[in-house]
Amino acid sequence: MAGGARTFGRPLPYLKLGRPKGKLIAIEGTDGVGRSTQIALLQQWLEVQGFPVMVTGWTRSNLMSRSIDAAKSGHALNRLTFSLLYATDFADRLENNIIPALRAGFVVLADRYIYTAMARDAVRGADPSWIRNVLGFALIPDLVCYLDIDLEHLNPRVLAAGGMNYWESGMDLRLGEDLFDSFSRYQTAMLHEFERMSKEFGFTVIDARRDIDAVQADLREAIAPIVVKKKAAKAVPA
Amino acid sequence: MYPFMEQHPYPGRLIVVEGIDGSGKSTQAMLVRKWLEAEGYPVRFTEWNSSSLVKETTKLAKKKKFLTPTTFSLLHATDFADRLHHQILPPLKGGAIVVADRYTFTAFARDVVRGVDPDWVRKLYAFAIRPDLVFYFRVPIETSIERILNGRAKLKYYEAGMDLGLATDEVESFRIFQSRILREYDKMIEEFDFTVIDASSEIDEQQTALRERVSKMLVNYRAPKRGTWPVAPGPLAGRSRT
Repeated sequence: MAGGARTFGRPLPYLKLGRPKGKLIAIEGTDGVGRSTQIALLQQWLEVQGFPVMVTGWTRSNLMSRSIDAAKSGHALNRLTFSLLYATDFADRLENNIIPALRAGFVVLADRYIYTAMARDAVRGADPSWIRNVLGFALIPDLVCYLDIDLEHLNPRVLAAGGMNYWESGMDLRLGEDLFDSFSRYQTAMLHEFERMSKEFGFTVIDARRDIDAVQADLREAIAPIVVKKKAAKAVPA
Repeated sequence: MYPFMEQHPYPGRLIVVEGIDGSGKSTQAMLVRKWLEAEGYPVRFTEWNSSSLVKETTKLAKKKKFLTPTTFSLLHATDFADRLHHQILPPLKGGAIVVADRYTFTAFARDVVRGVDPDWVRKLYAFAIRPDLVFYFRVPIETSIERILNGRAKLKYYEAGMDLGLATDEVESFRIFQSRILREYDKMIEEFDFTVIDASSEIDEQQTALRERVSKMLVNYRAPKRGTWPVAPGPLAGRSRT
């Protein structure tokens, strides 16, 4: 990572980060925007070029995934416990997967990053400084690609992919009578928050309303210079 | 008191017992509960690390020993947040006396010894409310070891701080780990206005001191009487419950 690994807030006091050789690339975007599809294509593309890739997904840590699934399927969660479950999951993946992979020189593709947690807290009316402190130990990615979409294009994709679920619709917020109304209002708020953060954190914004190939081409163009620096001798076609 | 932890506006009262393992705080908390219940007060009890939400995860993670200082800390904060909203706030709002065996101060002591930043962990718990009374059971490390080893055959891995690699021997590791926790507690006496109890004195003497202090704190407290529990505003407000 350029100039050594940097964190948003105070780094973990007990962990010497040094200068990991790998690159951390976060792909952000709201539910149903097509992140996983794009990440699978990126992984394939990078591996063909000879770059080792590790994909890390939100709520997929060994430690927490079961607790989170169990919690979502019944336990009365409030905003705080929800945020803390995610933060624990993230910390586990950061220390046990992301940092070791970066040290080993991997390109780490993060399917969502802490911005998702910040957006979710923000639309639920939480004090933004709290979550920023809690997740302050997170590494600043080398690149954040934000898949930008509007509600008009998002709705048909989510419906085609199996419909809206309770949490993606923010039903805990009681924003609407049914899933559709709630989804629309919740996602509007999330999109607004992502847009605000894209300026604050300098996201590379990619228009995700277009077809898969067009989005992938833009992603590759943004990622190529980041990984190329690592292997200057080897050209990576975008 | 840390600026983030605010005084609560609720009619109930929150009493906390803190101290290292083997300080005897759980026994004292139990005796206080018995006394308050016998006096006719509505009492609720809550224990550190006991919510059903993360219990299985914590158990598994501790067994497999794959917790880092940060995930250890966050997991306990998750448990605490869950209990705060299910076991602590509702009875406080209803006017009950809540007795908590360990509170955020356990995290401030243990997690810092494990290596997390003291400021980070205090801000992590910024959502907690300030207790009305915190009893800190202060005990020499040797007394604590003696009590713990008398009660059971073996020290637990995390209890002995074995994850820190302080010593290969569990008793020695426990001694070093708990001594460091003791130092963190001592630093908090002023910061959080602890009422210090000499936990090496006789159990009944300690209990007398506790009851005196609790009685003083309860001077302005009025227990909710039957039929006078606060009714939440809403469509049912004012209606009879039967």
